[in-house]
Amino acid sequence: MILAVLEQSDGSLKKISAELAAAARKAQALLGADGVALLLVGADPAAVDAAMALDCDLCLTVQGEAFATYAAEAWAPAVVQAAKEVSAPLVLLGSTSFGRDLAPRVAGIMQAGLLADLGDLAVEDGRLIAERSVYSGKVIAKVASLSDVTVATVRPNAFSPAGAGAATCQRRELEVAVDPASVHCRVREVRRQAATRPELTEASVVVAGGRGLKDPENFHLVEELADLLGAAVGTTRATVDAGWRPHSEQIGQTGKNIAPALYINVGISGAVQHISGVLGSRTIVSINRDAEAPIFKISDYGLVGDALEILPHLIDEVRRLG
Amino acid sequence: MQVVVLVKQVADTAARIKLADGKQDIDRQSASLIVNPYDEMAVEEALRIKEKHGATVCVVTLGEAKAEEALRTALAMGADEAARVTAPASDPLTVAKALAQAVRELAADIVIAGRSAADDEQGQVGALVATELGWPHVTEVTKLELSGDAGVAEREVEGGVEVLDFSLPVVVTAQEGLNTPRYASLPGIMKAKRKEIRQIAVDGATLGQPVLETRSLELPPARAQGKILSGLEPAAAAKELVRILHEEAKLI
Repeated sequence: MILAVLEQSDGSLKKISAELAAAARKAQALLGADGVALLLVGADPAAVDAAMALDCDLCLTVQGEAFATYAAEAWAPAVVQAAKEVSAPLVLLGSTSFGRDLAPRVAGIMQAGLLADLGDLAVEDGRLIAERSVYSGKVIAKVASLSDVTVATVRPNAFSPAGAGAATCQRRELEVAVDPASVHCRVREVRRQAATRPELTEASVVVAGGRGLKDPENFHLVEELADLLGAAVGTTRATVDAGWRPHSEQIGQTGKNIAPALYINVGISGAVQHISGVLGSRTIVSINRDAEAPIFKISDYGLVGDALEILPHLIDEVRRLG
Repeated sequence: MQVVVLVKQVADTAARIKLADGKQDIDRQSASLIVNPYDEMAVEEALRIKEKHGATVCVVTLGEAKAEEALRTALAMGADEAARVTAPASDPLTVAKALAQAVRELAADIVIAGRSAADDEQGQVGALVATELGWPHVTEVTKLELSGDAGVAEREVEGGVEVLDFSLPVVVTAQEGLNTPRYASLPGIMKAKRKEIRQIAVDGATLGQPVLETRSLELPPARAQGKILSGLEPAAAAKELVRILHEEAKLI
């Protein structure tokens, strides 16, 4: 079976979990595997119920004191044991802060190839391959996994979330023994930021502003438009470096990669390092006063004009749509 | 305390990238080579540990002789020692195995690497080195505090910040926000030129088989020219854009 390692937080499944289930179904067909198994480690019962409702064949759970909080040294062996339990040719994790931390440890233990940060999967001469964006999006590398088992991290928003299954999903509890002495690093606490907007990497619409807004005060326009669209707010490295916005909003090479259905940016000229982080967006809309700005080269729709003059009108027009 | 920093020389992606004949690699002759930006943060963090707690900072790279330039840059920033690993390693796993051998040989207490390299953007080697050594790891660290043989690290996660306790030895990888790397001083640059670079040769037979293979590199297809509106009054421009997004693209 294809194994997908789900993510939960406070009893609910994260959005990436349903996307991983969908990616696993696709991989099952590609590899001729005999099903999809979802794995939840240290999860609340409500999250397990939500996972059972997804389109899958088996839901594996791992519980115990060792899994009360995230510890890579405990979780990686649990994932490896689950992979062996279902003879998984492929283990999928999210390309999220969690998946990026855990996946290489799983791959290292299994001596498996790790295809990182995938947008899609394919098979060529019997090998799993991925086309990866490298060199800040300037090059596409075709990478093949040579090992019998492959580990992969899947970019958020790359797969449409799996729908409800046929309610034939089985549940199995795995006993995973962890020697406490083997765990030298563990999450002590997670400081949640009060979230009023969707998370940047998960949002289906992102509105971002750059230096063209001229003053950090003017970001309220970006926030207003974002809230009307139910969007996440993003920004560039330049405004973060200038202290206008927090790093958590930074899009691009040293920030977050985004792949929303709609990416609207205002006052962003499009430095290479920013562009590399937005190429996964389905539709890019850019507003910039400089008709020669590089951002227009990757834009589906562009508007040449002053962001500060256009934004209030844009907000009015969007509001009018109701 | 012995701090080992893993650095990689990479092509500056802000400059033009050309593919080499055969499309198996980029054209390194024409590329402008720099120290991977995240690795500079790793070097900076090691220097701060040295200043605060006292430590020897050794920078390590794996690569051809040309990669010693990256080591010299780190030495000029203030690193004490440098070593270049030579090994027939071609993928993240074999690279990590070779680096892990060097880390063992250098008797490191803490290993700091960048979160990923700006060229292949794999983001695996740090955690793979830790796995190979049987050490804990924390990736994408934005804050690091050591006390005795333990420490606390913070990493940004979706919607918050994760705080982790760890004991040494450990591998951590540096994320933007951890620090701002210092510039090399002129005396530092002069001194770095004279420093000896230790050579560590790793036997290929100890690395096993690679598990990833890059089959080809391609330049991405150009995106189709978009629809650009210009010369409109702000109100008319906004109205037209919203009309297009709502009626034609059906996105809002």
